Amino acid sequence: MALKMVKGSIDRMFDKNLQDLVRGIRNHKEDEAKYISQCIDEIKQELKQDNIAVKANAVCKLTYLQMLGYDISWAAFNIIEVMSASKFTFKRIGYLAASQCFHEGTDVIMLTTNQIRKDLSSPSQYDTGVALTGLSCFVTPDLARDLANDIMTLMSHTKPYIRKKAVLIMYKVFLKYPESLRPAFPRLKEKLEDPDPGVQSAAVNVICELARRNPKNYLSLAPLFFKLMTSSTNNWVLIKIIKLFGALTPLEPRLGKKLIEPLTNLIHSTSAMSLLYECVNTVIAVLISLSSGMPNHSASIQLCVQKLRILIEDSDQNLKYLGLLAMSKILRTHPKSVQAHKDLVLQCLDDKDESIRLRALDLLYGMVSKKNLVEIVKKLMSHVDKAEGTTYRDELLTKIIDICSQCNYQHITNFQWYISVLVELTRLEGTRHGHLIAAQMLDVAIRVKAIRKFAVSQMSALLDRAHLVASSTQRNGICEVLYAAAWICGEFSEHLQEPQQTLEAMLRPKVTTLPGHIQAVYVQNVVKLYAAILQQKEQAAEPEAAQDVTQLMVERLPQFVQSADLEVQERASCILQLVKHIQKLQAKDVPVAEEVSALFAGELNPVAPKAQKKVPVPEGLDLDAWINEPPSDSESEDEKPKAIFHEEEQRHVKQRQPEADEEELARRREARKQEQANNPFYIKSSPSPQKRYQDLPGVEHIPVVQIDLSVPLKVPGMPASDQYVKLEEERRQRQRLEKDRKKKKKKDKERKGRARRRGSLLSESDEDVAPAQQVDIVTEEMPENALPSDEDDKDPNDPYRALDIDLDRPLADSEKLPVQKHRNADTSKSPEKEHVPVTEKKPKKPKKKEKKLREK
Amino acid sequence: WPAKMIQAILVFNNHGKPRLVRFYQRFPEEIQQQIVRETFHLVLKQDDNICNFLEGGSLIGGSDYKLIYRHYATLYFVFCVDSSESELGILDLIQVFVETLDKCFENVCELDLIFHMDKVHYILQEVVMGGMVLETNMNEIVAQIEAQNRLEKSEGGLSAAPARAVSAVKNINLPEIPRNINIGDLNIKVPNLSQFV
Repeated sequence: MALKMVKGSIDRMFDKNLQDLVRGIRNHKEDEAKYISQCIDEIKQELKQDNIAVKANAVCKLTYLQMLGYDISWAAFNIIEVMSASKFTFKRIGYLAASQCFHEGTDVIMLTTNQIRKDLSSPSQYDTGVALTGLSCFVTPDLARDLANDIMTLMSHTKPYIRKKAVLIMYKVFLKYPESLRPAFPRLKEKLEDPDPGVQSAAVNVICELARRNPKNYLSLAPLFFKLMTSSTNNWVLIKIIKLFGALTPLEPRLGKKLIEPLTNLIHSTSAMSLLYECVNTVIAVLISLSSGMPNHSASIQLCVQKLRILIEDSDQNLKYLGLLAMSKILRTHPKSVQAHKDLVLQCLDDKDESIRLRALDLLYGMVSKKNLVEIVKKLMSHVDKAEGTTYRDELLTKIIDICSQCNYQHITNFQWYISVLVELTRLEGTRHGHLIAAQMLDVAIRVKAIRKFAVSQMSALLDRAHLVASSTQRNGICEVLYAAAWICGEFSEHLQEPQQTLEAMLRPKVTTLPGHIQAVYVQNVVKLYAAILQQKEQAAEPEAAQDVTQLMVERLPQFVQSADLEVQERASCILQLVKHIQKLQAKDVPVAEEVSALFAGELNPVAPKAQKKVPVPEGLDLDAWINEPPSDSESEDEKPKAIFHEEEQRHVKQRQPEADEEELARRREARKQEQANNPFYIKSSPSPQKRYQDLPGVEHIPVVQIDLSVPLKVPGMPASDQYVKLEEERRQRQRLEKDRKKKKKKDKERKGRARRRGSLLSESDEDVAPAQQVDIVTEEMPENALPSDEDDKDPNDPYRALDIDLDRPLADSEKLPVQKHRNADTSKSPEKEHVPVTEKKPKKPKKKEKKLREK
Repeated sequence: WPAKMIQAILVFNNHGKPRLVRFYQRFPEEIQQQIVRETFHLVLKQDDNICNFLEGGSLIGGSDYKLIYRHYATLYFVFCVDSSESELGILDLIQVFVETLDKCFENVCELDLIFHMDKVHYILQEVVMGGMVLETNMNEIVAQIEAQNRLEKSEGGLSAAPARAVSAVKNINLPEIPRNINIGDLNIKVPNLSQFV
């Protein structure tokens, strides 16, 4: 300590400036943290000095430490001291430190109000500038309210350097103190025509940002912006304005019509890619908003697409990326113009840059049609095999599923192909998206009745193969598909060719390594299979075979009873008891199959995802009213648990004795059907939340036709979707030939044209491709009297809502910005008085420090 | 809330060491460091000849935000911006910032940024203010910086002259770090810079 005192001379203190600190840290790589904590101790000593230069030097070093991740908020008060230094050199250090570490929670910030006001009105433009810059980073609602008027005055400062900063900071003030927007707006608007380009640019910046958030309030400024757009040569300003017009046109289509011409001119004339790109973007926005009105905007679309193609073909990856981004916007309204460039997009899939590939994938989503779906997915599948990182591979996987399932599978003509694609995707080990594949398998199998037989055969093959179970141990997401496979094989067991084999596969000991929720589904569906096998054996009058199956169940089920997963354990023990009971009955030669199958009778129908939400509350039903009066607190709860256990026990006993007669069973079946119909949670299939049109018109009327399978159902080894691609091509070929033959009868001359058509799929129009089999996509059930959509997009926390203010209404007296008159006058004379009004609001801690300041 | 058009400006070297950390939205220091680290890992994965935009995703601000960066020799300059900014415009702005640094430091290198972080901040403050683009004209920026340097000089600067001399002597012992930011080949990447004033 004594040594420190000796060292504490000003000279020593000055020895360690920012550069010394940095150098010291670089020389102490081994014990950096220790060295820095030493330095912080020194800084604390320096901050205790009276010399403002020492303090400023210390604060400067703290700013560096802040960058390295050290919290410096403890020095907030010292930072304020340095901010209030008279020299610009120190003031700038203080404001920089404040801008790095002050925020709304900094309690001493309220001490700064008058210091900042003083700096704002300083005769030196750089004092003012530094204060404005600092304030822009830490302005609070209180500061905004107290200083709004001062800043507004600065918007008319003689120096453009101050004007542009004042204009820009007004945006922050508006956000923190929305009441200031109306009084300040007229002056802000004036600045749009400021002689200084920097000030003008700042005003455009602020107004564009305001307008972007609440465009309707700024429509009246459109003519002014239009004028600026046609006169300004500053590309930054032009970009901002053009971007703003993109936000305004949806509200005012007439504006869009006027814009097309000047924008097209700019597109043709500008050499700045950034400006060209924004022009194209806004033309796209205009065309989207005009989509019905103008007859001849196809020329503009062509121009945009053509320019974007140039960007995409550029060797600069940034232009390529942006070109694809803009292309996807056009795609939404004018898919045909983009589809013509499919070659380019597919080419981008091979790009070495992942973000370009992702953009291309996004585009593909909108480009698929019935005729090219198979081709595009095939291409994507080949990329899945090549993909190195799992992130991109997973992205490909989700994209394949998105593309295929979009719009209620409208592009899929052959569901056998789709199922085999899904099965092929199960080869991806380590993917996070096993559940997505599983959901698709369930969705397709449930909703596309015609495909069930095929789906079941594929799923049983999956269950048979051990690789998914084997890899499940390493937290592998792909084993999720077994969930779907087990459920599909169980629920639609009537389609299984060799149910016994599947049953054995599902009872293999390895299954117990699967996650609990999958095992639970296994257990439940094993019984469904078992019921189906019993039925089969009894009908075939093979009682011994039936007993063998029962024996298999009794032997294998205990492995699930031992499961650590409650759900698995509970289901397994219930079922084991049931099977044991059946075994007894079988021993007495009682036929049981009928009754066991009855447990699973009934058809499952998919329920729309929002069905539950849309059930209307019946008239006269008050959901908040008590059904029974709430029990009073004093009532003893002793008896309750007992009663519950007692009841449960009884219920279990009942369940284990399926001795009901025919009538009873029928009644139960009916009740079960009823319950299923009313229970939206019965099926947990959650297909991807992509756009789905629930009420596809007339799907009910499409007759369900049995598939005439041209491929053997049992595919040995891995099913290959390619096989179906070939078959599909052959089928389409046949279809075309058929058509051609018909045409031939009419016109014999067009042979040449046809030859070309046969050569490429591209020239074929989408309507030509008829689906392989008429597929009945079961529409999802909705409750009766479903309410119309009740979505509320508005976010109540949106800060810009407060700025949704009518700017055309004349200003009332009550709206004028608060001005602090007399205190302004004597700020320079008695700085210690300034803090008096704030101290009342202030927490205790800073009070002490403040005294110190006053003593000086 | 994401009220800033430019959410953050980060400069770090090829090893992820921060050289300038400027957030326009409040994050605790700990989170700031985490964001710097994650951003570094994101850009590190990118080859140099691929696109300079990254979708930041959950990093800062959400899906409306993008990372736009440039890599100069040993330094990465990363801007995190929302959709109100033009991507190509920000790329040019980074270029303007770096060229300004080059002018003010006379052939800027990483060492200049290391030892004069405060000055780098002051330069940045003339380009971006509170997350909004303030000035894009390099001559104007340089003129204001120089005027403020003169003002500082007239006040005698931060440290006394003798201390400066000591530092100058110490500087000699520093390990030699090559000049990194080579402005010479910058224009290759920004063909439209000259038209962009």
